[in-house]
Formats: sequence, structure tokens, C-alpha cells
Amino acid sequence: MTPVAIAQSREAVTINVAAFLLTLALFGVYVTFLGHNPWDVYYVLWLGSFARMISIESTLTNAAPLMLTALCTAIPARAGLLVIGGEGALVVGALAAVLVGVTLGGLPAWLGITLVGLSAAIAGGAWIGAAGALRQRRGVNETISTLLLNYIAIAVMYHLISGPIRDYERVLKTSSWSIPDSLRVGEMPFIDVHWGLGVGVIACLVLYVVMRRTSFGFGVDILGGNQRAAQVAGLPIDRMVILCCFAGGAAAGLAGGFEIMAVHGFASESLAVGFGYAGILVAFLARQNPAAIILMAILLGGITASGGLLQRRFDLPDATTQVLQGILFMIVLASNACYGRIGFLQPKQKAGA
Amino acid sequence: MDQTRMNRRGFLRHGGNLVAAGTLAAALPSLVAAQGAVTVGFIYVGPRQDYGWNQSHWDAAQKIAAMDGVSVVEQENVPETAEVEKVIQSMIELDGAKVIFGTSFGYWDSLKKMAVEYPDVLFTHIGAIWKEGDPENVVGYRGYTEEAHYLCGMAAARMSKTGKLGFIGSKPLYFIYNNANGFILGAKAVNPDITCNVVITGDWNNPVREAETTNALIDQGCDVIIANVDSPKVSVETCEQRGVYSCGYHSDLGALAPNGFLTGAEWNWAAGAEFMQAFLAGEPYPNLKRGGFAEDMIALSPFGAAVPQDVRDEVMAAKQGFIDGSLILYKGPLKDNQGNVILEEGESIANSDTPFKLGVDFFVEGAIG
Repeated sequence: MTPVAIAQSREAVTINVAAFLLTLALFGVYVTFLGHNPWDVYYVLWLGSFARMISIESTLTNAAPLMLTALCTAIPARAGLLVIGGEGALVVGALAAVLVGVTLGGLPAWLGITLVGLSAAIAGGAWIGAAGALRQRRGVNETISTLLLNYIAIAVMYHLISGPIRDYERVLKTSSWSIPDSLRVGEMPFIDVHWGLGVGVIACLVLYVVMRRTSFGFGVDILGGNQRAAQVAGLPIDRMVILCCFAGGAAAGLAGGFEIMAVHGFASESLAVGFGYAGILVAFLARQNPAAIILMAILLGGITASGGLLQRRFDLPDATTQVLQGILFMIVLASNACYGRIGFLQPKQKAGA
Repeated sequence: MDQTRMNRRGFLRHGGNLVAAGTLAAALPSLVAAQGAVTVGFIYVGPRQDYGWNQSHWDAAQKIAAMDGVSVVEQENVPETAEVEKVIQSMIELDGAKVIFGTSFGYWDSLKKMAVEYPDVLFTHIGAIWKEGDPENVVGYRGYTEEAHYLCGMAAARMSKTGKLGFIGSKPLYFIYNNANGFILGAKAVNPDITCNVVITGDWNNPVREAETTNALIDQGCDVIIANVDSPKVSVETCEQRGVYSCGYHSDLGALAPNGFLTGAEWNWAAGAEFMQAFLAGEPYPNLKRGGFAEDMIALSPFGAAVPQDVRDEVMAAKQGFIDGSLILYKGPLKDNQGNVILEEGESIANSDTPFKLGVDFFVEGAIG
């Protein structure tokens, strides 16, 4: 790494750690006003998120879908788009997984699972890719279109599971047919967390390399900086925007695929529980950096995991976790203003430069 | 976890726990659950103070927490995803829970999975869908709320001036049909000419449509309304604003409508304590249980101020009839609202005939819509 890159990483780490500590301090003040000892609360936050194997598993289970849905915002963001369609892409991916999965019972497991995963990714990718294409070709604002596509995806799911693909055997919960057991993926070795986590980590790392170490990624950064300049430089900007949207949507679609293959086995309203929206939060916390998404998803997963214990030990309302998340989000966003302004964190300037 | 089930993953987890327990639990003894008490975990799918389904379970949690030697831990807003399994594990391993009350229908698969992993913990579920082959440490139980609806219907018919009642249902499912039929049969028992407009919203939880439907029923002349939705709060409050009577469902909603609330059909999920005590004492217990007033699995909300004493006495006498078995809900002659004969004169269906009740997909005569 060059000295400048080292200084940049040092700056990012320092600012984020400081933001996190400030968040904890403010949250401590908040719980003190609610009549609790903040040190007890910190201990329970730690106990519920990372202190034991079971807590770590809980944290990682919560983090797994967030990594993939965060990519849905982060990758298009590098090309200068604000995409908030992770929720819809996840639902569409899950529906594709069900529709393809129910036809593949006879295939060998590895092939069937690969095909189901691929179809989930392609469906999610096409969903967000369409928003990218609408923006480039028709000037439709991608934030509005992806927001509306979320509603459409969820409405389509409700329509399908309450009629055309409904499993009438499951009387009390409206849900689709189940995929065959041969297509269900289990837990990873050594740890009680489903394979969505491993795929999420791999996706984040691969996209980090693509975005940071390839000429395509470099081109996307130029595009994200200034679309006109990229156009003048002769970059195929339409194709790049659509490709970034496709990649992000594919990640969220894959998250939906794993909700089907690893968690539910069928589509139901439990797919739309906010993983897509939480992913937006993760992407912003990670400043749209795919590698940082891994850490931020785990952080947010940990907050969710320990939020339950916080409720149980202190009889705090569920919204307490949201207060903590809200404080964290505001402070991290505000801390973005600190980049480049704190003297001792800046790369050393050569004399005379 | 016994030795034969100790695998690599289990070893890692428990090994990690030992280390962590040694270093951390000692640091803050005040946070470790009280020694000697049995810890019971309640998991809710929504907020526990929702004036509805979740609150009916919270009522039970409070009753069970008041029992000797029991401490209750609760977690609300737990979605029906992989998260619920992790919450269960956390309750068992961090809080030491021995009994888990899974209070949402969609927790079923997760409860069964966890029951295999933790054979020394009891899991209860509210669907009463346990079948042979499912883990022995899972139980399902559910009350016949149609009996409480019958009593609501009696009070409603006595208080109605227009002779038109309203029933709002969420989904066209067997227990919604039974509840509507109970409400109508109870009403017809005191006023054979009464009718009831029935509307199905299609959603467990759709406050906007519930408010619209309530207003529409009132506009059609219905002056007592009962809503079978996740939280009847909106409907009861709308009735109060419009100055008509309302009945509750799930838990006690009397506080929402001091003028117009009559009574309500409640669950008594605290009946699950029976399985809990048997399980902890090592005694046999059924894996499936359904029951009404006779089995103390349902309850009637306290009467609202509007209900005069003679009506209260009449309703309580009918409740006694359910308890001693002299009052039968479905008995002939009975027609559905399409005119088809369901039961001939002299025929009757036992109140405990679950297979019949599961198959009910009709509204009885008197239902409109």
C-alpha cells in the first residue's frame, strides 16, 4: 500500500471507531435516563452480540442477509446512483427461487442449488437493472423508481402466494409451495449459521476487488465522480450503470434465494421484514465500500442480536434497539464531515509540495 | 445435551461458553437470573401491548410470572425468520429458559427444529397442529373462542336497538367461521329475528380497512360490532366515536370504549402452564389440547358499564351452560345462510368435536354477506 492509502485507511478506522464510541456514550446517557446502569447495559450488549458462540451465531445470522442487500445500494452508489430497492430485489429473488426450485426436484443437489441461486440472482439483478436502464434511457430517477419497485415486488408476492402458487395445505399462514428438500442448504461447518453468510462475505470481497483493483472499477469511480467527464472520456456509461445496478440487484436477489433455500423453504410475507431497508443503512455506514460492508453488517447484526437480550434483562421496549441504531446512523453520517479535516490523520505532505 | 449428541459444533459452542461464563458471568452476578426459579421465555411476533393477539399472550405471561418459582423473560417483534431460532437459543443458553412459548403461528417449523436440538426444553405453540412424529417436547393448544363469541352475541342482541349486528373477519379460515357462527347463534338465542352483516377484510392487520369497514357497517344500521382481526383496537375505538356498541376479541379492550364496550371473547393462554408443570415434574402431558370454558382455555372480558344486570346474569348463566355441558353450540335444526341444511332437528355436534369445527366453511342462517 502506498503511504497515502495507509493514511486513508487510518483516517477511516479512527473516525469510525470514534463515532462508535460516541454512539455508545450517548446511548449510555439515554439508558441512564431510563433508570438503568449504563455499564450493565454495555455488558448485556456485549453478551448478546459477541460474548459467546451462541451470541456470535445470532449476530452472524442477522448479518448474513444484510451483507447482500447492502451491496444493492453500495455498488450502484459507486456509479453515482442512490438505489433503495434492496427489499424488492430480495423478494423478487426469493420468488424466482421458489418458481425455479419447485421444478428442479430431480436434479442432483449441487446443480439444483446452483441453478436456484443463479435464478434468484438474475431475477434480482434484472429488477434493479431495469431501474438503471430506465434512468439512463428515459431519465427516470432511480431512487423513486426503486422505491416504487419495492411496493410492486411485495404486491406481486402477495398476489402469487394468495392465489397462483399458494400452498393450501398450510392453512393459517398464507405461503407458496415449498421447494423440494434436496434444494435446502444447511449450515456452514463449525458454526450454526446458514450458507448465506459465506456467500455474502465472498460477494463483498469479490466486489471489493472488482471495484478497487480492476479498470472496470476505476471507470465506475470516474463515472460516480462525474458522469459527463466519464462520457467525454469515452466510457460506455449506460452499460456500466446498468451493470452496476444488475450486480447490486443480483446480490439482493441472492439474499432472497438464501431466505428460501436456507431459512423458509417457501415464500411468505416473512420475506419482507426489512432486510432490504436495513441494507441501505449498512451501505451508508460502510461508506459504500464493499469490504467495509462485512464489518458494518456484523455490527448491525450484533445490535439486533443483543437488542433481544436488552429487552429481556431490562424490560426495555423493542424500540430501544432502534434508538441505538438511529444514534449510530446519525453520528456516522455526521462524521463524514470530518474526513480531510483532522490534521494528524492526513498523509504527510512532501516539503514544498 | 447428552454425550451422544455432542458433535464438533456443539463442543465448540459449549467450550466457548465455559470460558465466557467463567470470565463474564462472575463480573456481574446481578444480571444472572434468580437461582432456583424456572425461567420461561415468551416470544411475540409484534408489540405485546397491541390490544390484540400479542397482548393475549402477554396477559398469559403475566399470569405465569405470578406463579411461585417462575420467572418470565419476554421478547417482542421477533419476525418469523431465522431470527426466531437464534432468539430461542439465546433464551435457553443465556437466560436458562426451560420452557418457550412461541406465540405466533409461523414459528412452528422453528419450534420443531429447536425442540430436536434442546430435548430438555418444552416448546408450546398456539396452532394445535402437532401430529404423530413431531418432537415429544412440543405441545400445541388452542381455545374454542366461538363459545365466548356466543356469549358476546347474546349481550349484543340484548343491547341492539336496530336488530342488526356486524362481524368483521380477517381471513376466511375455520376459526373465523366458527367465531362468526358463535356470535350469530348466541344473538339468535335471545332474538331469533336478528341479522348480522359479515365482512372479511382479507388481512390479519389492516387498520385502514378495518376502520372503513366499521364505518360502513354502522352506516348500514349495525349497532353492535365485533372484529376478528389481529388488533380490534381500531374497530372498537371507531364504534365508540360513532356512539355504537362494540365487543372485543383476544384480550380485554374495555378501557378503549368506556361507554360502548359490552364484553369480549378472550383466550386464556395461561392454560399452557399445565403442560409446563407436568413437563417440569416429569409427568406425562398431552401434545395437543383444545377446549372452551369447560377446560378454562378461554375467557369472557369483564362487562362494560352499559350492560345492565339482567343481561349480565343471562350471559353468565349461558357460560355456566358451556361449563357443565348443557349448552351445545351447533345443534339442529340448523341451516347455513345459503339455505342448505347443516343439521336436522335433533342432531347436534359436541362442543369438543374438533374435526367438525376444523371443517366449518359456512356462515349460519342470519349472516348477511
